[in-house]
Amino acid sequence: MYGKGLRALSVATLITLTGALALVFFYASNDADQGFVQKIFYLHVPMAIVALCGFVAAGIFAIQHLRTRDARHDLRSYVAIHISLILAAGVLVTGSIWARASWGHWWVWDEPTLVSFLIVFLLYATYQPLRFSIEDPERQARYASVFAVIAGAFVPLNFLAVRLAQAYSHPRVLSATGGSMPGDMRLTFLIAVLGMALLFVTLWKFEMAAKHARANLRSLRRKLGVEEVPVARRTAAPSL
Amino acid sequence: MRVALAVLRKELRLELRTLESVPGMALFSVTTFVVFHFALHREQVEGDLAAGILVVTLLFAGMLGLNRLYVADEEQGGFDAFLLAPVDRTWLFVAKATALFVYLVVFEIVAVPAFALLLLGPGIGQALPELLGILLLADLGFAIVAALVGALAVRTRARDLVGPMIALPLLVPVVIGAARAIEPLLLEAGAEPVPVRWLLILGLYDLVFGLLAVAVFDPLLED
Repeated sequence: MYGKGLRALSVATLITLTGALALVFFYASNDADQGFVQKIFYLHVPMAIVALCGFVAAGIFAIQHLRTRDARHDLRSYVAIHISLILAAGVLVTGSIWARASWGHWWVWDEPTLVSFLIVFLLYATYQPLRFSIEDPERQARYASVFAVIAGAFVPLNFLAVRLAQAYSHPRVLSATGGSMPGDMRLTFLIAVLGMALLFVTLWKFEMAAKHARANLRSLRRKLGVEEVPVARRTAAPSL
Repeated sequence: MRVALAVLRKELRLELRTLESVPGMALFSVTTFVVFHFALHREQVEGDLAAGILVVTLLFAGMLGLNRLYVADEEQGGFDAFLLAPVDRTWLFVAKATALFVYLVVFEIVAVPAFALLLLGPGIGQALPELLGILLLADLGFAIVAALVGALAVRTRARDLVGPMIALPLLVPVVIGAARAIEPLLLEAGAEPVPVRWLLILGLYDLVFGLLAVAVFDPLLED
């Protein structure tokens, strides 16, 4: 069910991402202020936007799980958080590189967006340890969903608090006025966001398809009466 | 509401008889002030440094309260008894959060004067009403988050680790709000007015997490 359309989606993702990269390097003009280094922005900001949306989506799946108690929703929430965490690590690394290049330090505290992101990352980094430390699968799913709902609601509140706490110095590329970006940069940026979102959806579907295939295989084996070899559990992923 | 009051009465009576949380928290905070004195090598602190030390110490002392909050219920069957009773589970959260709030207030009656005595340079007298208001708002936020995260953590294998690990990032907005609001009260040159936006942040946080906690507490207590 998750395998359907996966090939077309993968091709679309590949084309969009390649196109975005081509635009970044050959079409978008260099930033007058920061020069070539500014181009990391086309990777950093889309990853950040997609990761945050992934966290919020995981919270919505978690609400559905709490309402219906359907294990599939928990799996969706788990996979979304998993991929968003990887993207979030990428955001921190690229943000750090960008900060080093444009301000000369690897880490800058007076940059509210990056600092908020670190706090959100630290919070979600506890999601896996939480799952690991609960044995009962049903309770594990329930508690993980409660966590995902709390954390999802925490994201906007945290951004508000940190932003108020510090002076602005982060480039505001998507402010309410938003008009400071010239046309070629905006087009490149939007395509980069689209490519990153497609990448997220593709990875999510791949992971979901793999998990479903594994669950189906297990139930088929059980029907055939094949002795299952117990493996040491290395993952806290929900099993269907 | 009667349920919450009954559970709250039980909690406070238990604490009065066993003295498990509050004295430990108070002692911990006083010791931490001494540790700060040696670690920073300062006779006295003021301004942002003083606000930071006070807020961090109260936060970590509060973590002790978080870890103890549900342990008796888990180990001695309090959860089962509560689930058997025909009452709304949310009241348990309300009672626990209120109990922790009371613990925090009582322990701060010891910790804040100790801080003023041991470390603080400027006098605390004239700034006291504002300081109390800020601390009450921060305590409320802490109690709400801790009562929720404590319930999440108490039935995991590594509960003493999982609780603080989840609660600390969640409490960063409270730390920001409280530390920034307290800072102008502890200046050497005399207290300055508190910027209103920090109080708004604290109030908003309390409101959002209060509603959220009431909404998601139920599934934590099902088996």
